[in-house]
Amino acid sequence: MVRVEFLGPIQKEPLELDIASLSELKEVLSGDEALSEWLKNSAVAINDTLVTSLEAPLKSGDRVVLLPPVCGG
Amino acid sequence: MLSIYDGSLDVAKIFDEWYELKRGNNYGAYASFVGTIRDEDGIEGLSFDIYEPLLVSWLDAWQAKAKAKNAEVMMAHSRGDVPNHTSSYIAAVFSPKRRVALEMLDEFVEDFKANAPIWKYDLRDGERIYAKDRSTPLKGSGVLA
Repeated sequence: MVRVEFLGPIQKEPLELDIASLSELKEVLSGDEALSEWLKNSAVAINDTLVTSLEAPLKSGDRVVLLPPVCGG
Repeated sequence: MLSIYDGSLDVAKIFDEWYELKRGNNYGAYASFVGTIRDEDGIEGLSFDIYEPLLVSWLDAWQAKAKAKNAEVMMAHSRGDVPNHTSSYIAAVFSPKRRVALEMLDEFVEDFKANAPIWKYDLRDGERIYAKDRSTPLKGSGVLA
């Protein structure tokens, strides 16, 4: 299973999904209307490394986080 | 070095700690930036969430960059609620001579604003309201859209 977490202001509980790529994650999340705005402006990290391509493979035990726009300081 | 505190930063204490920690290392320069929360638009303060694993790797990359110039970067940030007129963020650079510290501090603070995984909320009537308009999407954002 792959654990998916939603950080900062995205109010959503983590998911445990049986998926093998970010493309599959995209499919799953596209069904959640409340997430659609967040998906447009959120970055994605797999095991705490930012990724920029849907091709990134996923394996059981991986952890994906969605990071909405940031503002520190 | 990264220090995360719950609530406002004790600026004098952190400055002093860093100074005592590094003054024996033959750094001639200690340049710092302190962010203090302003009373504007009727807010009572700000509140912060931090994603520590990515913040640590972001700072590690900066530490490597600083080390290449014989310098060191330091950062302290608040988590949770921080009232107006108190500090939520301190950045500093130690270097052998002043130019490196002064220039690197500028770049370090700007890169922090754009890339550190921290989320800011306005505090109004006891509620946390995400500061969406002041926030910047990270690199690669929208990949799942």
